[in-house]
Amino acid sequence: MDSSTLQIIYLVILMIFLGVELIGHVPSVLHTPLMSGANAIHGVVIIGSIIVMGEATDMLSMILGFLAVILGTLNVVGGFVVTNRMLEMFRKKQ
Amino acid sequence: METILPILYLVASITFIVGLKMLGSPKTARQGNLIAAFGMVLAIAGTIFLYRGHSGEALHNVPFILAALVVGTGIGWMMAMKVKMTAMPQMVSFFNGMGGACAALISLMEYKATGGAPMGLGHGLATIAGLLIGSISFSGSIIAFGKLEERIKDIRFGGQQFINNAALLAALVIGGLIVAGQMSGFEIVVGLAVLSLIFGVLFVLPIGGADMPVVISLLNSFTGVAAACGGFLYGNMVMLIGGILVGSAGTLLTVVMCRAMNRSLLNVLIGNFQGSGATGAAAGATGTIREVSATDAAVLMAYAKQVVIVPGYGLAVAQAQHVCHQLEHELEAKGVTVKYAIHPVAGRMPGHMNVLLAEADVSYDKLVEMEEINPEFPNTDVVLVVGANDVVNPAAKTDPQSPIYGMPVLDVELSRQVIVMKRSMKAGYAGIDNDLFYRPNTSMLFGDAKTSLTSLVTEVKAL
Repeated sequence: MDSSTLQIIYLVILMIFLGVELIGHVPSVLHTPLMSGANAIHGVVIIGSIIVMGEATDMLSMILGFLAVILGTLNVVGGFVVTNRMLEMFRKKQ
Repeated sequence: METILPILYLVASITFIVGLKMLGSPKTARQGNLIAAFGMVLAIAGTIFLYRGHSGEALHNVPFILAALVVGTGIGWMMAMKVKMTAMPQMVSFFNGMGGACAALISLMEYKATGGAPMGLGHGLATIAGLLIGSISFSGSIIAFGKLEERIKDIRFGGQQFINNAALLAALVIGGLIVAGQMSGFEIVVGLAVLSLIFGVLFVLPIGGADMPVVISLLNSFTGVAAACGGFLYGNMVMLIGGILVGSAGTLLTVVMCRAMNRSLLNVLIGNFQGSGATGAAAGATGTIREVSATDAAVLMAYAKQVVIVPGYGLAVAQAQHVCHQLEHELEAKGVTVKYAIHPVAGRMPGHMNVLLAEADVSYDKLVEMEEINPEFPNTDVVLVVGANDVVNPAAKTDPQSPIYGMPVLDVELSRQVIVMKRSMKAGYAGIDNDLFYRPNTSMLFGDAKTSLTSLVTEVKAL
């Protein structure tokens, strides 16, 4: 196992603990927006689709890549907009 | 130049961590979401224009990438803006499915690019795991979406659990063989994707509608892990950090949601295979029910000191949150104190009721959480249950045989008078009878929540 793989494993373990720590004491009222916000964040997968699309050379890869970028964008844009709409509801009242 | 992109990724990673942290508190949640969104824009723009491949060349097909971004933004924005507040949970599920599909496609293309050459353990593992998890997340989320839209029914058949396990095992074995280099070929990998899609469908089909939030939360963390696989594939830190963060936070959130219903995750996922129907109906839920007319109910409430409204999913499906607010307004004009009792899992998702009522301009301080409102019920004159059922079922406290035994519930039966608004005598989502309906201090007001509330408003006004 080379050292960069090892570093990634360290990072993964730290992030697991950080994720648990971040969510630990959230009131249940916020669970839905929180899930929605987390949903938007994993839209970061779009970066990967941009990279494969940018390196695609044949037709099939182009089509799949184009589709992947659209789906990833849906995840990102839809995720953040829906979360924002939900949270707007809370803001007005406080 | 080469250092700018990693710095952008670093900034984006920090915005994800800070954003997620801020989402955990009502005061900062909105900024948190915007901060994470800003980080995402940085990461995407940076990748398009600054990314350099192994041989140092820039990305091709940039016009196509931009076109796809525009199309996706247009559709995503429109869907997210048009969706009704009541349909939020299924919208989240849909967008989650899109992320899963995106991850699966990346793996598919990545495998295709290797042209069947051996991939190496780490690379192969990340590719196949991303494909498996992404596909399951996609098809599972779409089924969850369909269930919440009430287009797909719960489907259970004999040997289902065996078939599910067999499908999963087959997918894992084929995946393992591909990683080990024993099997190869684009067609086989496509077949694996199809098998994973089928498993995703089978996995969610038998799970009851009431448990969909838990399933969506779980699939949400799955997509996070799939995104992280992509991060490993490209040595891309922001994908890795974003993905793992959501994977772990999402898993914990799933467990927390299960705990709020006093069930284990395992029970949610496979609980429906055991004891179908026979449970719960057993204990004491017999007797006569009393119906009440809207006029009588209006009189009861208008002359009460304190009325507590218990909203449930029935309120959400009937889109009755605005009329409900109107009723609250009319009652307050008569000098009645009105409060809302919010059960942590009322509606389709934790916090769903708060969002709905907030949309109807119900003041935030009127929404009282379960622990705080429970001691108040003995001093409450009238409790109005609007389309809630399992969360007010006393069997959860008294009947160890009941499937919901141990779930914290609202003690509405302790109040002087309970009026239950319901469409029919049909059981709630847990599929069990509710002893509350047969209590002497309970009366039923049958009909659609919106229609009933509207007539209540008219009657109270007329008094």
